[in-house]
Parts: sequence; C-alpha cells; structure tokens
Amino acid sequence: MAKKTPEINASSMADVAFLLLIFFLVATTMDIDSGLNRVLPPWSEKQTEAPDIKERNLLLVHVNKYDQIAVQGEVVDISMLKDRAKEWVLNREDDKKLPEKKEENIDLIGKYKVSQGIISLQNDRGTSYERYIQVQNELTRAFNEIRDELGKAHFGKAYAELEKEQQDAISKAVPLKISEAEPQNIK
Amino acid sequence: MPVIRKKEKKEIGQISTSSLPDIVFMILFFFMVSTSMKETELVVKFKAPQATEIQKLENKSLVSYIYVGPPATAELRAKFGEAPKIQLNNSFSNPEQIGQFIASERDALNEADRNKMTVCLKADKDTRMGVITDIKQELRKAEAYKISYAALKAVKTAQ
Repeated sequence: MAKKTPEINASSMADVAFLLLIFFLVATTMDIDSGLNRVLPPWSEKQTEAPDIKERNLLLVHVNKYDQIAVQGEVVDISMLKDRAKEWVLNREDDKKLPEKKEENIDLIGKYKVSQGIISLQNDRGTSYERYIQVQNELTRAFNEIRDELGKAHFGKAYAELEKEQQDAISKAVPLKISEAEPQNIK
Repeated sequence: MPVIRKKEKKEIGQISTSSLPDIVFMILFFFMVSTSMKETELVVKFKAPQATEIQKLENKSLVSYIYVGPPATAELRAKFGEAPKIQLNNSFSNPEQIGQFIASERDALNEADRNKMTVCLKADKDTRMGVITDIKQELRKAEAYKISYAALKAVKTAQ
C-alpha cells in the first residue's frame, strides 16, 4: 500500500509572506533618480591653451557669486536666458556675429545646417548650486526646444516621442554643446 | 398565508483564507520588482534643486552617488559644523578621497560596463559652487566623465 503523504499545513504561509513583505517594505526605496546629465571634459595636468574657437561661435554665460547672470557680458534675467540661447544657436538670419553653420548630411533628415555654436558656462566659487542648476536647466531647455521643433518639422512629433534612430539623427543635427569651463573667479 | 419558517440560527460561514498567501506574495513580488535596496545611510541632509529638463538615470547598478550637504543631525553639526560636507559611502570625506572612491566603484563593475559608469551628484541647493567645482575637478582626474546633477521635477512655467 502506497504511503499517503500528509498534507502540509499551509496556514502559516501567509505569515511567512507577510514577514518577507514587511522586510522589503523597510529595506528598499522606491525613488527613481533623475537629473541633468552632463559629460565632463577630460583632465589635463598642464593648463592647455584655449582651443581655437572663433569668437562668433562662443556664447559666454557667466554666473557670479551674487547669482547674477551675464550673457556676453550683458546682465540678463533667468527668464530671458532660454530665448537668448535659442536665438543665438539657431541664428535664423545668418547673422555674421552669430554662430556659423555647417551643412551636413544626416540620416533620416538629409541636409541640415548644423550650428557650430558652443555655450560656455562659467561660474564663481560663490555661486549657489540652485542657481547653477537653474542656468543649466534653461540652457538645456533651449536645446530641447530646438530639437522638438526639428522633430515636429521632420517627423511630426516632439523629440521625446520619436524612435531611437530618429532621436539620434536629431541629436546629431542639434548637438547639446554646453561647455563647463575651467574654474575661475568671476567678478 | 403566512409562511412557516423553521427557526434557524443564522451562521456566517468562515471566510476562506487559503488565497491570502497568494495575495500577499503578489504584493511582495510587486515590491521586490519595483524597489531597490537602500545602500547608504545619509549623514548629510540635502534638498535637491528643481529643474524641468531632467532625465531618468537608466541603470542603477552603474550609478555611484556623491552626496553634498550640511551634516544631517544636530549632533553631527555640533561636531563638524554647519558647512556643507561631502559624503562618500557612509561617511564624511575630503575631495581628495573621490579618486579612490571612483576607482573602487569602477572595480566593482564588469569590465564591459566600466565606461558606462555614471556619477550622480546629489547636492543641497544651498551649497556653494566651490565645493561642487572641487568635486568636478576630482572626477575629471579620476576619469569619471559622465555625471548627473540630481534634481527634482519642477512644473514647467507658463510662457
């Protein structure tokens, strides 16, 4: 006669599961980290000479220790910064004082005049981190708006809703060029 | 005509609890999948600044954290002062220790993933840029170029 295996009492299963559940509730976090992504320039021991960039291709943004913002030496409010940066990068009227454009062949988009402008962000050691992030954010917003416009013009959708290849094409056409300069003191 | 009913003791049948473990396990799996382990105990307090153009950090295992802010508790403040401090792993550190920290974090990763390593800088919004600049310089020396300035989602202002 085959032996009957006794049924396992499963009534404590719920307790065990609850115990595990409570452990995971306590020991884990749910917050997703998000922030502004940047790439730092490589370190070089000796002070390198300023790279050969034409003056018209460089937009200087200074933030001083009183959290004031200056664009090309002219004091501006934070609310103006995005539009200033956007107009400067786009250079719609091909102004000789605004950045050059180089025609490039980009997959999916075709010929596009890529702006050669670089935004150089300089801050003082006394600048508050909050203001620095605000400035970074406004500059990113300028680029994101240009990308959205290009996305809508070519693919009919904003940048974030596009396919991966399309996004790559657009980021090639509108590269995020924000340089974080070597630290120095600004008056 | 009155219906004659047998007087019956009303009794509610016992609720079956046999599916309770299943439900609890379901919740358990949800939490296991959607959360991640707390790795560090904060010894600095920080309030991240707000920004609108933030991106999510994709792969958590490739992210190393550097915290900057004033000491978290009154006890620590009495000992170390109010000035913002850098926290690596579980303790206060100097900027000079960042190189070592990055090296050990990089060693813990797969060789293929090492160049994808990102440093998430979680700094208090009232910190001065001097500290941040020091950290950035150390990160450049340590060849950790990918950086993310942690920020909270802010509501876009109307234009």
